[in-house]
Amino acid sequence: MTFKNSFKTAIRGLQTNGSRSALTILGIVIGITAIILIMSLGQGAQDLILNQVKGLGSNTIIIEPGREPQGPSDFSSIFTDSLKDRELKALQMKSNVPGLLDITPVVVSNNNVSFENEVKTFNIVGCSELMAKITGVYPQEGDFYTQEQIQQIAQVAVIGFEVKDNLFGDSSALNKEIRIKNKIFKVIGILPQKGTVGLFNVDKAVFIPYTTAQKYLSGTNYYNEFIARAVDEKSVLYTVQDIKVTLRELHNISDPEKDDFHIVTQEDIAQRVGTVTSILTVFLAAIAAISLVVGGIGIMNIMLVSVTERTREIGLRKALGATDKNILTQFLLESVLLTSIGGLVGILLGSFFSFLSAIILTQVVGSNWVFTVSINAILLGLGVSAFVGLVFGLYPARSASRKSPMEALRYE
Amino acid sequence: MENLLIEVKNLEKTYLDGETQTRALSGVSFNIKEGEFVAVMGPSGSGKSTLLHILGFLDDYTKGTYYFDGKDASKYSQQEIARVRNKKMGFIFQAFNLLPRTTVLENVKLPLLYSGTKEFLWNKTAEEAIGQVGLSHRINHETSQLSGGEKQRVAIARALVNEPPVIFADEPTGNLDSKSGSQVMEIIEKLNNEGHTIILITHETYTAEYAQRIIKLKDGLIESDDQVTQRRRNALNSFNK
Repeated sequence: MTFKNSFKTAIRGLQTNGSRSALTILGIVIGITAIILIMSLGQGAQDLILNQVKGLGSNTIIIEPGREPQGPSDFSSIFTDSLKDRELKALQMKSNVPGLLDITPVVVSNNNVSFENEVKTFNIVGCSELMAKITGVYPQEGDFYTQEQIQQIAQVAVIGFEVKDNLFGDSSALNKEIRIKNKIFKVIGILPQKGTVGLFNVDKAVFIPYTTAQKYLSGTNYYNEFIARAVDEKSVLYTVQDIKVTLRELHNISDPEKDDFHIVTQEDIAQRVGTVTSILTVFLAAIAAISLVVGGIGIMNIMLVSVTERTREIGLRKALGATDKNILTQFLLESVLLTSIGGLVGILLGSFFSFLSAIILTQVVGSNWVFTVSINAILLGLGVSAFVGLVFGLYPARSASRKSPMEALRYE
Repeated sequence: MENLLIEVKNLEKTYLDGETQTRALSGVSFNIKEGEFVAVMGPSGSGKSTLLHILGFLDDYTKGTYYFDGKDASKYSQQEIARVRNKKMGFIFQAFNLLPRTTVLENVKLPLLYSGTKEFLWNKTAEEAIGQVGLSHRINHETSQLSGGEKQRVAIARALVNEPPVIFADEPTGNLDSKSGSQVMEIIEKLNNEGHTIILITHETYTAEYAQRIIKLKDGLIESDDQVTQRRRNALNSFNK
């Protein structure tokens, strides 16, 4: 008997038990749907975050105080005061770090920002005008503050799109005076709507000179971080090395384990994000796989019932010349076909729900969530469902093929 | 001399049911030549069904020898057994054993599936077999729509679709009224006249008398093995008509 005819026979076998076949594959359908959905969402989340990270620019280097956090309980090490003016000046010297293009200190705080009667809390980012170059976001109205204004500790602010929208609505914000922590700041620039660029949401930020932020808002003499740029992507690696050497020399550190700072590049962040989302995706997919096992047991159960029910048919086929292999192939094919159809339906449903989620998430997250169902996910879904059919169909198919034709024919 | 199709010597069959042994055949010997029409008779429990199952390769025997077509049955491989059942034997059962929810044509085509016959010949071959049993007008009906006699005729068409030399019939009229029973027996007799060897199991004398030879079994042994005289057969045939 040719494979084509075994296939036809298997399909006919399934057709005669149509509704039962449909119910049987429900477990597989749900499992594959869940896996496709989870893989798609994982991929979407990863793409979204990676795109934001890429917004930082590939030659961006972030220098943070404290040693690299070793775990969730290690966050206290972040809040150290190892980055001050002295370190900034040392890094700015071309002889120390020749590959450094420019660098800005950053002072971050959350504060109430008010205009007339409107009050709202926003991120106040104290930084230099370099921030515009790093994020690639330039004011659509007015200008960023200048180097002189930073030196003068000027009370000026460049506000994000949402800040403007919240405090001023449709009226013009340029040259208006807003209050931050009871200090008056003049709005000299308004940024266009950009969403999350790098690691913070530009729309919800107020940028002020770092000198001003230190003097009036934080009241400290240290910085939360430095953001620097290497002259190009290729020089990132040795520039990071030069920064480390310079800071260690300055702080008399001989053992790199005792660094009181750490450096993050765009590549580092991308890698970490990739690892985290991959682990999450695998973890969730593993949970979804449980439903496949349950579905597989359901398939085995139904196939066993079907084998028992069709004992006479098996006996008859053998009496008419079917070999054990013919019978094994027929029942195995029925099982694999059943789960593969389930897998196919699951892939379609999963893709549909992923697409729906992408639309909803784009609304919720506010940025462009891209719908992706990878070929890998589809192949995995099909492969896994066929495999489940093969594994859980084997036992019933074997017991079918081993029936003695005489006993099978006598079966009532 | 005609070829011996079946040679049986001292055939024994013992069923083991837990601790108790049941002896179904206690040593039977006989030969069947090609083209014979043999009826095996006996009360229930005499071992006639067991004998048919062994002759049809549907069951194995405990002792003795069985040569089919000149070859020791115990020397056939599983593959060869499947081939013999498919090509050299046709089976007709008391309970018809047709596939439910399947048309007459599909049922008759079933042995062709396993035969290696080219697929484009399947329909034609099956239609011819259905024509031989006079059911061409029912070809696309599902088997559940047929009467008992028609069902058994479908089973006969299925048994002869591969043109096997020998046809086994296990109480073919057992589930039928006498009119469709005789119809079925007439078809079987016609097949015999066309050269098929027929081995018929029955406990009804009127069915057995279509045969040329009657083997009577009792308690697993052959009680008698007689040729039916032509005169009796003729009389019987005219009586039935």
